Amino acid sequence: MRMTKTGDVDSFRLPPYGHEMTEFTGKRWHDMGGDDAGPMNGHAPTDDHDNALWEKRVDALLVLCSGKGLFTVDGLRRGIEDLGPEAFETMTYYERWIASVNQNLVEGEIYTLAELGERMDSVAKRGDTYGIATHDG
Amino acid sequence: MTANALTQRVRVKTMMPPGHIRTPAYVRGKVGEIERTLGPFGNPEQLVYGIDAERLPLLRVRFTMAEVWGDAAERPSDTLDAEIYAHWLEEVD
Repeated sequence: MRMTKTGDVDSFRLPPYGHEMTEFTGKRWHDMGGDDAGPMNGHAPTDDHDNALWEKRVDALLVLCSGKGLFTVDGLRRGIEDLGPEAFETMTYYERWIASVNQNLVEGEIYTLAELGERMDSVAKRGDTYGIATHDG
Repeated sequence: MTANALTQRVRVKTMMPPGHIRTPAYVRGKVGEIERTLGPFGNPEQLVYGIDAERLPLLRVRFTMAEVWGDAAERPSDTLDAEIYAHWLEEVD
């Protein structure tokens, strides 16, 4: 990054808009076999855990979508890879799934973002307790 | 490369296109032996983008650890199998 005086037009030409090409490789972040991993941190969980109801619904949504031929589990994987490595630090497993399901459905012209936004608003108006099952399972 | 044209020894192509690829980077450029032929299956590189997928043979290729990791291999004669689509493999003379 070039150091410039305030107001200098060059101050807007930060990477990646500069002249130098970055070191690009087509190898994606998830393709990490053989990379140095460093020491193991923390401890492996020992207890079984159950999934929350919303997580089961996300799982069911994928089954329904693939059963209808809207997209495939391959598309799900690709959408998760496209989220980038930081998503593995900031999003939970099924949060990554639903982000990818949404991406695939929008790309597949199943609904538009405007339709999604309207629907999210109308569902939110039902209140926080709507959709909470009294029996999970 | 077609299934019929495959010889016993194959090299994984070294190309590195961006996008969803099932061929692990650490075997690209490495030579192995075909252990068996599977499929044909739809090419996942097309399936992931919702494109009609070409059906391709999937080859289970066996590599030695020495081939994959070089001097870093702890047990050089141990083997590693990877299933790789036909369009990633080229014949070795």
